[in-house]
Amino acid sequence: MGLKEYTYTDKIDTRSGFGVGLAEIGDQNEDVVALCADLTGSLKMNAFKEAHPGRFFQIGIAEANMMGIAAGMTIGGKIPFTGTFANFSTGRVYDQIRQSIAYSHKNVKICASHAGITLGEDGATHQILEDLGLMKMLPGMTVINTCDFEQTRKATHEIAAHKGPVYLRFGRPAVPNFTNDLPFEIGKGILLQEGEDVTLFAMGHLVWEALKAAKSLYQQGISAEVINIHTIKPLDDALILKSAIKTGAVVSCEEHNYLGGLGESVARVLAEHHPTPQSFVATQDTFGESGTPAQLMEKYGLNAASIVIKAKEVLNKKV
Amino acid sequence: MSSIESIKQLLPQVRRDILRMVHQVNSGHPGGSLGCAEFFVALYQHVMDYSTDFKMDGINEDLFFLSNGHISPVFYSVLARSGFFPVSELSTFRKLDSRLQGHPTTHEGLPGIRIASGSLGQGMSVAIGAAETKKLNNDKHMVYSLHGDGELQEGQNWEAIMYAGGKGIDNLISTIDYNKQQIDGSTDDVLPLGNIGAKLEAFGWIVINVEKGNDIPAILAGFEEAQAASRNEKPVAILLHTIMGNGVDFMMHTHEWHGKAPNDEQLAIGLAQNEETLGDY
Repeated sequence: MGLKEYTYTDKIDTRSGFGVGLAEIGDQNEDVVALCADLTGSLKMNAFKEAHPGRFFQIGIAEANMMGIAAGMTIGGKIPFTGTFANFSTGRVYDQIRQSIAYSHKNVKICASHAGITLGEDGATHQILEDLGLMKMLPGMTVINTCDFEQTRKATHEIAAHKGPVYLRFGRPAVPNFTNDLPFEIGKGILLQEGEDVTLFAMGHLVWEALKAAKSLYQQGISAEVINIHTIKPLDDALILKSAIKTGAVVSCEEHNYLGGLGESVARVLAEHHPTPQSFVATQDTFGESGTPAQLMEKYGLNAASIVIKAKEVLNKKV
Repeated sequence: MSSIESIKQLLPQVRRDILRMVHQVNSGHPGGSLGCAEFFVALYQHVMDYSTDFKMDGINEDLFFLSNGHISPVFYSVLARSGFFPVSELSTFRKLDSRLQGHPTTHEGLPGIRIASGSLGQGMSVAIGAAETKKLNNDKHMVYSLHGDGELQEGQNWEAIMYAGGKGIDNLISTIDYNKQQIDGSTDDVLPLGNIGAKLEAFGWIVINVEKGNDIPAILAGFEEAQAASRNEKPVAILLHTIMGNGVDFMMHTHEWHGKAPNDEQLAIGLAQNEETLGDY
């Protein structure tokens, strides 16, 4: 089986995809409103703010209030998008999201930038690696982690059309923008690379790394299938099972704690329907630290080289 | 809009509902419910403009948000007696498969409820959001909310109070149930609230004191004053000086009945003090 080549023309941050997507849906749908807790520039919400000042709500440094206001704004038909860092979008306001948004089933889109360790130099106080677990445990919450600019832009459109609460996670660093020609549908994984020996399930910034790993493995005679699971909930159980049954070995790749993340979601599906050897590319129940994104991805084992090592490990466990 | 006489007739019936609901499942919060019975009856019988053909969006209706969700018995009783759902359904309070959960929720689709509450301190933010949407929709109706005084110990309230004052949310009337009691004792003993009125004013609110918070004419006068003061670039607060447990003598002026149900004998005493005016559920 051959190797499909993915190319990109530019590297750009996923949060800019959110900013562009938000401005676009703001133009298209008058019910879209945006709320921000003093991080308009970081969230790339300026374009929306300038085009629609009457529908932009600067809340100040008060994330709990922001979540409650967003919940209230749905009453009367608005579609609120909240914007702040992932840490302040989840852990800081978990109870507000739980009661006023999830349990109350409000149509709020919680949009979270600077997720994971690639936030970089600010260090562990700002690098949340637990947010996917927190959010996927909430009944009725849709949870998405996009991999590049274009996927984030498309996801922003899709979540506006989706009825119900959504957590959309994206990040700070510039990464290859390669999904221009790929569709985005909530809950549908994307088969990026067909392979036979092992499946790499990847989300967020690890998707490009997984493609690089597949190329490296190919050159070593190992055929890796690469699947982008951008929606951790609802999970694309069928695609995961189909691939695991074919290859018989899987690696989950995510910028998140291995507790509570994509790996556990994949493992749950496999354990229930088709037990399969699995290894986890993820942080190992640790906080992050200051450093450049590339340094941190290397130190915490979240890059292509780590994926190659983990793929070989799991191949040895294959029955 | 009902006459004051018909409101007065409803009151003892609401108190009976509260006592009977809490008694039959031996759980719930009678003290705060009784203390706010006059407020709810006045609000739903005289103050708010709403449809009982319930729609979540509530466009061109006044909206109400209960932040201190534990006083659900009075909320449920007044919603049922105002026509949102059958009065007979009050018998399902806190039971399995009921729409009348221990704390109010939208989850079971009970008409009249627009947000879950119970975990304290969240309702004012929600009310502000609904008020912002009304402004965007050019909907001239008001948003009302109710909060416990002890609940103001939750920090989120002060984020919301700062926002409403700073951003001039003037289609919001938030009432504080100022009974000076909370679960562990008086608010002064647990954590002094200080001068709430002065604090709200310092945050840019108009504050209206209703000293007789269990007196229907006084409550209605307070609402009139609040409505007259609203739409003037400032949010309005009503400090409603209530008596916890009002209308049942042994439950009054104490925090003891915050979250405790009466036994059979106590129920009989409480019911004897409140005439069955409209028929028990």
